[in-house]
Amino acid sequence: MDSALIPKGVKRCPLWQFLLFIGAVGIVLLWGVYAMLLCWFKGLNQTNMNDYYGFALWIWADLAVIAVGGGAFFTGLLRYIFGKDELKNIINYAVLIGFICYSSALLILAIDIGQPLRGWFIFWHANVHSMLTEVAFCLSCYFGVLTIEYLPLVLENRQIDKVPFFHHLGHNMHEIMAVFAATGAFLSFFHQGSLGGVAGVLFGRPFAYREGVFIWPWTFFLFTWSAAACGPCFTILVTKITEKVTRKKLVKDNAIELLAKISGWMILTYIIAKTVDTWYWATVTAPSKGFTLMEFYSNNALYGIWILVAEILICGYIPAFILITKKGRKNPLGVWIAIILAVIGVCLNRWVMVLQVMAVPVMTFDHWALYYPSWQEVATTILPVAYGVILIAISYRYLPVFPNEAEMNPIEPLPEEAAAIEPSMAPEQELTPAEA
Amino acid sequence: MKNNLNHRFGMVIDLDKCTGCGSCMVACMAENNVPFRKDESDKLLSITWMRVFRLNNGKPFPETDICYLPRPCMQCAGLHEGHSPCVSVCPATATDYGMETGIVSQIYTRCFGCRYCMASCPYHSRYFNWWDPIWPDGMEKYLSPNVSPRMRGVVEKCSFCYHRYQLAKDKAFMDGGRELKENEYQTACTQACPANAITFGDLNNPDHAVHRMVKPDLEHGGRPQNPHAFRLLERLGTNPKVYYLSSRKWIRHAGDNYLKNEAKMKKPVHHG
Repeated sequence: MDSALIPKGVKRCPLWQFLLFIGAVGIVLLWGVYAMLLCWFKGLNQTNMNDYYGFALWIWADLAVIAVGGGAFFTGLLRYIFGKDELKNIINYAVLIGFICYSSALLILAIDIGQPLRGWFIFWHANVHSMLTEVAFCLSCYFGVLTIEYLPLVLENRQIDKVPFFHHLGHNMHEIMAVFAATGAFLSFFHQGSLGGVAGVLFGRPFAYREGVFIWPWTFFLFTWSAAACGPCFTILVTKITEKVTRKKLVKDNAIELLAKISGWMILTYIIAKTVDTWYWATVTAPSKGFTLMEFYSNNALYGIWILVAEILICGYIPAFILITKKGRKNPLGVWIAIILAVIGVCLNRWVMVLQVMAVPVMTFDHWALYYPSWQEVATTILPVAYGVILIAISYRYLPVFPNEAEMNPIEPLPEEAAAIEPSMAPEQELTPAEA
Repeated sequence: MKNNLNHRFGMVIDLDKCTGCGSCMVACMAENNVPFRKDESDKLLSITWMRVFRLNNGKPFPETDICYLPRPCMQCAGLHEGHSPCVSVCPATATDYGMETGIVSQIYTRCFGCRYCMASCPYHSRYFNWWDPIWPDGMEKYLSPNVSPRMRGVVEKCSFCYHRYQLAKDKAFMDGGRELKENEYQTACTQACPANAITFGDLNNPDHAVHRMVKPDLEHGGRPQNPHAFRLLERLGTNPKVYYLSSRKWIRHAGDNYLKNEAKMKKPVHHG
C-alpha cells in the first residue's frame, strides 16, 4: 500500500507488520505521554524527587542521551572535516540517532522544570555565569543544526524528491553540509563540556567539584571527550541492533571498523585522562575540603567503590583495549562487548556525576540520601526511547538512511519483474545517498 | 577578599544557648508564609527555611552530649563577593546577590524550577515547592501581606526577612533618609528565640553585636577571629554570613569536615 514511499531497490516488511510494530511501541509511547501530562498538569510531586534530590533520573537521562548522541557530531566531524569517506555509509544514521537523542533531551528538560511555561526565561533572563545557560543555548542551537542535517534525508523520500523545489533544496543542503558539521562540532564541544561543567563547578559539593582551566573545570573537557569517544559506540550499537532486527547487513564493515578504531583510541585517551582526574581529585581536591576518597563510597546501600571500578576499569579500559586492536575489532563478539561496555560506561559516569553528587552528605551531621524513581519518572524516561524506536522505524522504512543497503542486499526479482526492470533500478547501484 | 559591601547582614547563633525549642522555625514559617501539608513527616519534602538539627557527640553515657543547631540560609558570598554557590549557577538570574546587603535573594516569579541551585547548596537551605500551597480554611487571613506566597514549581529559601529590611528602610527614608539603627531590622527568628541565642545585625558595623561577637576578618573572607566562633563548611569557600558560637570543641569540629590526621574527634551523629 505504501510501496510508492519506500526507497527503490530495497525490501521492507508488509505494511500490517510495520503498523503492528509501531502500534506496540506506540502503546509504550502513550504510557510515557500520560505520565508526562501528569507531571505537567499536577506538578513534580508526581516524581520521587525531593529537596535532597533536586536532580534525579531525568537529569541523568538527559546527560546520558546527550553523551551517546555525541556520535552525531563526532562522526560528522570525521566525515566532513577530516574527510573520512568510509563514514559516508553511517553518517545518515549517526545524524538520525543524534536528532533523536537531542530532541529527547529537550523533551526531558521540558518535563523536568517546575514551571514549564517559563522555560524561555533561561534565554530571556540568561545568567552568563551559569553552565546551564550555556547548555541551553548550545543545546538548542545544535538541535537546530541536527534538524538541518536530518532534513536532506527526509527530502530524499521518493515522493518528496519528485517535487523540484525539495529536490534542489536537498541537493544544495548537501553541498554546504560541511559547514553545518563544523558548526555542530563547535556547538557540541561547548554543550557537552558545559554539561560536565554543571557538576564540576559545584564548589559546595566536594564529590562533584573539580579544578580546571579558567572558568572550565576538568569535567568540562572530560564530558566532551567521553561523548566523542563513546557516542560513536552507541551509533555502532544501534546500527548493529537495527541489522539484527531487519536481518540485513546495512553498513559496510570498513565503516564500522574505522569508527570503532577511532572510538577505541578516543576511549583509551579519555579513560587515561579520567584516571588522572580521579587520582588528583582523590588525593588533592577532596582532601583539601576534608574528605577522603572512601567517604564518598561507603556507609550507604548503593554507591560502593565498585561503581568507580566499573566505570573506569570495566567500562573504560576493557572496551578501549578491545577496539584499538585489530584482532578485537575483527571479533564480532568482542565488538559487541566493547560497544555495550563503552555505552554503559559513559551512562554510568553521567549517573555518578548527577545522582551520587546528590547522595553524598556534605555537612558532618547530614546523612546519605538514596532515591528511587516513581513510575511517572520511569515512564517519561522510557518515552524518548519509544519515540526514538518509532522515528528510526519510520525513517528506515521510507528514507534512504543506509546508502549501501540495496547494494549489500540485492532483491531477487521475480522472473516477470526482472524483464521489466529499469537500468536505473539495478540493485548494484547505490541509492541516492542523503550525504552524497 | 575585599570588603566592598555597604552592609553585610549576618547572624550569630550561640549553640550553647539554643535549647532546640523550635520557636525560630515557627516564627519563620508564620512570618514568611511558608507553606505546609497535612503530613509533614517526610522531612525531605518539608519546607523549613529555618531548620533545627540535633547533633550528638557519638559518645556513650555519661559522656554523651547533644547540641541543637538552627540552620537558616547561610547567605554565602563565595570566594569573591557574589559568587555564592547558588547565585553563580542559576541560569535565569532568579537568585541574586545583593551588593548593598550581602543577602541572597530569590525571585519567585522568575524561577522556572530547574533546581540547579538546590543541587549546588551544601547546606540544603533551598526548598522546592512540590505542591501548590493550600492554607487551612481561614488561615489565608493570617498570611503576612508583606511576603508573597510561592507557587508550585519554584524554589524558595530564607531571605533574612528581607521585607523587614525594606520596611525599615522605608521608615528611615520618611524620617529624613537616616541610617538604620541596629534594632530596626531584625529577623523573625531572632526576635522569637526565647533563649536569646540568635543575634542579627551588620557584620560590617563595629558597633553591632554580631561584629563584636565574632570579630569577622573581612579582609580574609569574613573568617571569625573569636576562637569560639565557626561557620559551617568553612573549607568549601562558600563564605557564609551565619556564624555559630560554642565553647564545646566537638561542636566546633562538627561544623566542618576534617581528615583523620587533622582532627582525632569522633564525628557527631545527626538525629533529625
